[in-house]
Amino acid sequence: MREAISQAIWEEMERDERVFIMGEEVGVWGGTYAVTKGFYDHFGSKRVRDTPIAEAAIVGGGIGAAMVGMRPIAELMTINFAFVAMDHIVNQAAKMRYMFGGQMSVPLVIRAVGGGGRQLGATHSQTPDVIFAHFPGLKVVAPGTPYDAKGLLKSAIRSDDPVMFIEHSTLYQTRGEVPEDEYTVPIGKSKIQRPGKDVTIVTYSKMLDISTKAADQLAKEGIEAEIVDLRSLRPLDMDPVLESFRKTNRAVIVEEGWRSYGVGSEISSRIYEEAFDYVDAPIKRVAQTEVPLPYNQALEQSALPQVEDVVKAVKEVL
Amino acid sequence: MPGVVVYDKRMLVPHSGRRMVISALRWASIGAGVRVDLLLNRIMQLFIATEGNSEMKKNDHLDLYHQMVLIRRVEERAAELYQQGKIGGFLHLYIGQEAVSTGLVAARQPQDRMITAYRDHGVAINVGIPAEQVMAELLGKATGISKGKGGSMHMADVEKNFWGGHAIVGAHLPIAAGMALGDQYAGNDGVTICMFGDGATNIGFFHEGVNLSKVWDLPVLWVCENNQYGMGTTIDRASAVSEIRQKAEGYGIPNERVDGMNVMEVREATLKALEFIRSGKGPYFMEIMTYRYRGHSMGDPERYRDSGEVKKWQESDPIGIYRAYLTKEKIAKEKELDAIDESVEGEIQTAVQFAESSPEPAPEELFTNVYAE
Ligand SMILES: Cc1ncc(C[n+]2csc(CCOP(=O)(O)OP(=O)(O)O)c2C)c(N)n1
Ligand SMILES: [Mg+2]
Repeated sequence: MREAISQAIWEEMERDERVFIMGEEVGVWGGTYAVTKGFYDHFGSKRVRDTPIAEAAIVGGGIGAAMVGMRPIAELMTINFAFVAMDHIVNQAAKMRYMFGGQMSVPLVIRAVGGGGRQLGATHSQTPDVIFAHFPGLKVVAPGTPYDAKGLLKSAIRSDDPVMFIEHSTLYQTRGEVPEDEYTVPIGKSKIQRPGKDVTIVTYSKMLDISTKAADQLAKEGIEAEIVDLRSLRPLDMDPVLESFRKTNRAVIVEEGWRSYGVGSEISSRIYEEAFDYVDAPIKRVAQTEVPLPYNQALEQSALPQVEDVVKAVKEVL
Repeated sequence: MPGVVVYDKRMLVPHSGRRMVISALRWASIGAGVRVDLLLNRIMQLFIATEGNSEMKKNDHLDLYHQMVLIRRVEERAAELYQQGKIGGFLHLYIGQEAVSTGLVAARQPQDRMITAYRDHGVAINVGIPAEQVMAELLGKATGISKGKGGSMHMADVEKNFWGGHAIVGAHLPIAAGMALGDQYAGNDGVTICMFGDGATNIGFFHEGVNLSKVWDLPVLWVCENNQYGMGTTIDRASAVSEIRQKAEGYGIPNERVDGMNVMEVREATLKALEFIRSGKGPYFMEIMTYRYRGHSMGDPERYRDSGEVKKWQESDPIGIYRAYLTKEKIAKEKELDAIDESVEGEIQTAVQFAESSPEPAPEELFTNVYAE
């Protein structure tokens, strides 16, 4: 997936002079997750801009440049540091167009790496995606495959709205097919990643991988799970979810973030609201245990959703 | 004419070749001023000797030397254990910067609080957390100083007035101001000693915390460990002024640059600074010049600097400089120092054994300490 993201940025920078990237260690270092390796030498320091450790300035600066016609990509080294820039994301980027009656746009992409599972301790392991999805005015995208990552990032860069683009740190190594030819993936469209008839698993990002593994296991026992990948948390596309649910009448929602007030809460209420007549079993949520993530590996893993948790939840709704 | 003062990994370099580095020569910007400063320091210390306990006995020196060597070895072993996959997450080593935390902690009184960033193993050792508990934390064991739940970046020992290792750059600066506010409010005479990197001085937290400390004349000693880089970004590429102490100037806080490769200079400057703050004159700011020999964290490709630069700094090694000082001033003999080096080897072995044989945290530990009740 690293390669796919890197290609998307590279191609968009080649295509549009107004696109540039800024953030901590994106230039000389080549990106802390090596996404912008080689960019500095190719595009130069004007378009690949190393910044001070100043997240409010990175996002705020990105907003300003976007308002006057540039298409900046502001990289936050990890999503945990977005909290330092929260005012700019929430009070500025998300509201600029609306508050001034549509006079201004903020065509800004905020790229941020999120997710747990790497023993980085409580402050560096969060999956706070839903927090950003809470705010109207922002678009929130979190791909689960290299194909979607590239296509969605291109759409994000071309979007006239601020987009929070969340990459999961443990997905960079994942492989998947990415076409040679130019393509984009629309923001705000969910997708059936795996067809099935017995149960609907709704998920996104890293948990797509976990859910797919769970579906493989279930398949061996003759249970066919259909997996709907949300891909975007805002705007949220419920159509494929509802369509699938009306077919299977059972759902498990799998997310890496904490359960309370999470993606599972949102999706399950919407299913109850829109497809109550089709409900054959209480909808289940699989999510992170409600504690700050510990450093110790075994403890950390026990708090994160695992394949077995998904398998178990599916069996409970069947 | 500064000599070459290395501290070789295995102590194979003949000690006779070592000479004390006249550190003031290293930074043209401070020039001769520091020498005068130093003299004044010494004179001042005669006055405050009884109160500030600035006179060091031989054993105090040996203790400091021991701390510095212990930090170096803990870090070297940690690097190995990381490579063996026994330590996970991020690991930021303190090698090269030992004199900074050692000098600071040597000058503090028990009521003075320490708080620092994620590069925290040095302070942990200096405040007296046993190497066993440091190692155990690195290995994520139940016996670690943070019960295996914090890891490398989050060590603290509140009983020793060490308030942590903090992993969000700059976030602990306003917190330090707050701790100082607490002490001021309660009428305590403790000073909060807050350490942070050069890179941290570019984030808003820094400016808000430092400004507040002056507005309220809080008893806080701001200590910028200027190791020239924030990850791979040199100061001049990230900071509008490359002399960090000028930022304190902007907030009206008295400040100075200190040679961070010389533990005695750090200690002396700190004693003076603490005295100033304790007398009720408000915050003080030290920019301590230092260098990290290893990458920012494990796995840093270090594309941003060449090995020659690292080598040059290794030639004024903080442990080497201190060693040279101790022998030249006839405070300790080479043999005694060698004996300390050797004893540290044993300590490290014990610490690693302790850590490796310690139990993992119990599964229930996942749920403890989330709330007070
Ligand atoms: C708010 C925030 N942004 C970014 C990071 C990632 N990060 C960790 S350490 C570091 C460099 C800090 O440099 P400096 O303050 O000079 O300390 P040093 O590592 O040199 O000790 C960065 C960018 C972080 N931890 N927190
Ligand atoms: Mg630094």
